[in-house]
Amino acid sequence: MIEIELAIVGAGPAGLSAAIEARRAGVDVLLIDENARPGGQLFKQIHKFFGSRAHKAGIRGMNIGTELLQESEKFGIKTWLNGEVCGIEDGHNLWVVRNREKSEIVRAKKIILATGATENAVTFPGWDLPGVMGAGAAQTMINVNRVLPGKKVIMLGSGNVGVIVAYQLLQAGAEVVAVLEAAPRLGGYGVHTAKVCRAGVPFYVSHTIKRAFGTDHVEAVEIVKLDSSFKQIPGTEHVIEVDTICLATGLTPLTELAWLAGCKFNFVPALGGHLPIHDDKMHSTQNDIFIAGDISGIEEASTAMEEGRLAGINVATELGYITKEEADARSQEIWDNLNTLRSGYFGQKRRDAKDSMLQNGKEVIKWNIH
Amino acid sequence: MNRIPNHPILEDEKPEKEVQIFVDNKPIIALEGEMIAAALIANGIFINRYTTHKHKPRGIYCAIGRCTDCIMTVDGVPNVRTCVTKVREGMKIITQQGTGVWSEEVQND
Repeated sequence: MIEIELAIVGAGPAGLSAAIEARRAGVDVLLIDENARPGGQLFKQIHKFFGSRAHKAGIRGMNIGTELLQESEKFGIKTWLNGEVCGIEDGHNLWVVRNREKSEIVRAKKIILATGATENAVTFPGWDLPGVMGAGAAQTMINVNRVLPGKKVIMLGSGNVGVIVAYQLLQAGAEVVAVLEAAPRLGGYGVHTAKVCRAGVPFYVSHTIKRAFGTDHVEAVEIVKLDSSFKQIPGTEHVIEVDTICLATGLTPLTELAWLAGCKFNFVPALGGHLPIHDDKMHSTQNDIFIAGDISGIEEASTAMEEGRLAGINVATELGYITKEEADARSQEIWDNLNTLRSGYFGQKRRDAKDSMLQNGKEVIKWNIH
Repeated sequence: MNRIPNHPILEDEKPEKEVQIFVDNKPIIALEGEMIAAALIANGIFINRYTTHKHKPRGIYCAIGRCTDCIMTVDGVPNVRTCVTKVREGMKIITQQGTGVWSEEVQND
């Protein structure tokens, strides 16, 4: 058994930011990630981020990843890569399988769950054929692994993931034959959508995929128009030749460890589904468990980093490394950042959902009053 | 080849050492340190396994080690997630049928 003050599960933007803040304050931190390299999904984000300059806007995600890793190295943060956290017990003990061969128990005074999210699937006949994949999967293949999973691609979903990956597929040398959107209006930031538009890719709103054709691999896709209640309109189908279908249909938080730990949950569709209830300190309903990043609601890497910092600072405070006054002042600063990030046409919806979550957290999480 | 050596944003790929791996006993060239699934795509292989009951082909789906659609039998061990497992010189990869079979060598280890 290994004893540590703070164990963080997940070394993506939230986990790394949490680790850096906690370590900076003097906390003994262990960062655990199941992957061979840290950074979560940052290294496939080759586009420039949004937000203000303070949020590293205008910097490409992959470069933010490099900055975070350099900082984490500077602070000498203990990191276990290839470490899969398979269980959580008594709210303090993590069962970790290291390098797929050795089992270890980590006993932590505090735990931050920063496990991220996974892509949603939509099903249609043929959706299980090779060539149908998450948009994020295609993004990993082209930007991290530098291989092209397909040459003629259709994208389902016009949200940020859909348009960003569509553009990155073009950059990687693929042809994007269309972007489909089930809703009557496009869902992504204008700047990303416009780039795909300018490249000549047609967008179909109120459209979805009816089925995919192929024996061993996708060979074509049949698309269909939807009415205002999202029902397929017969007679509007048409077939497009493609070898790859990318699904950019949202993400679901990876909450298994929070369920195992006994955290109470809320169902918040606007933020991705079932989420552990948390308060403005990123405290869950379990005494020594905090959450940060997509597990607390699907947003962006920029908000995940702020939430990570918030969790790190508040853990350091509870462990006695930071005074309450200092923590309050710094938390306020982070909350100002978060509120800025959650503003505007797309951000406000998330802000409202988060606010209701926090209100709920305030009612449910009692020990914060003291 | 489906590799992306040059890219408008990313730096040109640095030349990596080549390694030889075997897929269903056929040799292919992979790059040292890359994931098995990437090496397969680079070599035009898109089927990783066939399902247990309906024997339908499966390829990569999430590419980050969560969905287990890309599992194959690697060096005698079935159900290895090829999107998060690196290639190694001489590695023997088998297109998996159903839940796969452990090789006797591995079992006797």
